[in-house]
Amino acid sequence: MHVSRQQPRTLKHRLWVAFLVVPPIVFMSLFVVYPILSAFAYAFYEWQGLARGEFVGLKNFREVLFGATMAPVVWNAFLHNVYALVALMIIQNGGGFLLAWLLYKEPFGFRFHRIAIFVPVVLSTIIVGFLWKLFLNPNFGIINQALYSLGLDAWAKPWLGDSSTALGALILANAWHFVGFPALVYLAGMQRIPPEVIEAARLDGTNEWQLLKTIVWPLVAPSTTILFTLLFIGAFNWFEIPYVMVGLDGSPFGSTDVLGLVFYRTAFGNQSASIQNFGMGSALATLLFLFIVVFASMLTLWLRRREIQF
Amino acid sequence: MTAVTSDTPATRQAVPFVLLAQVILIANSFIMLYPVVVMVLSAFKTTGEIFEHPFALPDFTQIGNFAKVLGETAMPVYFVNSVLVTGTSILLILVLGTMAGYAVARYESRTNTFILLFFLAGLMLPLKLAVIPLFILLRDLGLLDSRWSLIVTYTAIGLPSTVFIMAGFLRTLPAELEDAARIDGASEPRIMWSIMLPLARPPMAIAAIQNAVPIWNDFFFPLVFIQTDVRKTLPQGLTTFMGEYTTDWGMLFAGLTIAAAPITLLYIALSRQFIQGMTAGAVK
Repeated sequence: MHVSRQQPRTLKHRLWVAFLVVPPIVFMSLFVVYPILSAFAYAFYEWQGLARGEFVGLKNFREVLFGATMAPVVWNAFLHNVYALVALMIIQNGGGFLLAWLLYKEPFGFRFHRIAIFVPVVLSTIIVGFLWKLFLNPNFGIINQALYSLGLDAWAKPWLGDSSTALGALILANAWHFVGFPALVYLAGMQRIPPEVIEAARLDGTNEWQLLKTIVWPLVAPSTTILFTLLFIGAFNWFEIPYVMVGLDGSPFGSTDVLGLVFYRTAFGNQSASIQNFGMGSALATLLFLFIVVFASMLTLWLRRREIQF
Repeated sequence: MTAVTSDTPATRQAVPFVLLAQVILIANSFIMLYPVVVMVLSAFKTTGEIFEHPFALPDFTQIGNFAKVLGETAMPVYFVNSVLVTGTSILLILVLGTMAGYAVARYESRTNTFILLFFLAGLMLPLKLAVIPLFILLRDLGLLDSRWSLIVTYTAIGLPSTVFIMAGFLRTLPAELEDAARIDGASEPRIMWSIMLPLARPPMAIAAIQNAVPIWNDFFFPLVFIQTDVRKTLPQGLTTFMGEYTTDWGMLFAGLTIAAAPITLLYIALSRQFIQGMTAGAVK
């Protein structure tokens, strides 16, 4: 720190510091702290539309976790979030790591590939979702059109209309959208490894796979920590891609339903059932929030310890 | 080869590995770019042409779809709203974030740790999950269904990371700079404005890009807060547009192309800054 030692300690000075600090803090308190604290409180009340009714204790929480109508929907959605998390860890973060390793060697066309991989990342999720929805259209989408022109008619499917493929299609669309992010974060991590370390391993005759496993992967552990934590938070907040590609109800037959969609339907209604239930919505948000905070902190701590071990 | 274990796998694999790496990277870049290319090409086609020749090159003089999107739909209005919302949010984020970051970095105070912890908490909490109370708060403030509802929300989300970026940079500036000015009788605001801040443009650019891309692309908060069509931002307006023209695929692709164009072109022109800014939170 290079803080000056000659700072005046007058009232005028204190007022100046307060002038700098108070507006941002007031702003954050009003629009972040207050809403988050209220979100917890709201979950303990009965709600009639936008009006708060009486205090009902844990009723909303019981309804969300064990109620006959809500709980099956919530657990079904939760499972899909877990699937998405696991699949994206492998495809998106794992794929990103391998692509980063290929880029790290700065092969021919390095700059082009680096720019290309990040193009989908800057696009809005809405654009990505609509684009893939059109591409996956059963009759005129380019995926099935390509299969037809290759004579693979049997492989063509209504990808988003079939409950066995819909969730997978959403996951792949998401991976297409974001794989560039882990790739370039890992690339930056690899570029900070002292080149001598990799040089030395090469001279020792370490093969590519061992080099990756025993040298590169451990040394980019800090990137892994951040990327896995971000993916964890993202997977349980998943909303835009499913909303755009399969709609608010997670069709077909709830096979793509995720907690973000359940939360939105519960809190703000949908076309088929425009019942708003802020109490139950808040209970779901609170549970999700606690789940994310607890597990993300555990994940971070565990990954951090792993960083130190290496 | 200097290695005594002459036929090390690393040296033997070298050429095939380089080739394999090239093939994978080219395939990957193709997968990343081809969908975008098809989107742009399809925007020049009629719906019939898209259905019959999805992979063919279009007649690039056929710009009817674009003219229709720009002339007959609300897309230009959505675009202006996105510019206003993103621009104002970034301005507020930079002003408030620099104020707090400057105080924490340049003045010794017992409250500094508290202030940093306060913003650290804001960095961790997903405000999306507090959207119900935020909705009610904005309604009580009379901001619901206005562009300000989005601006204050985005500012609140972007502020914590900006405080850290600015404080982290401002801390590295030498104290001699301000001490010299103080001896010359410059006031504290004067030191901040004329001496320190001109040096802080690079971190401001990073903070601006890091926040501007997610704000420009956000869909969730407009979906909840905005109902009136003329106040919708581009991603939200796009859903309205896509709902209106469901069967006119030429129009749909033209709409998507126009919505994607500004940020894609900006990214291609400033790719280094974009990549640096957007990964700034994850790369230390």
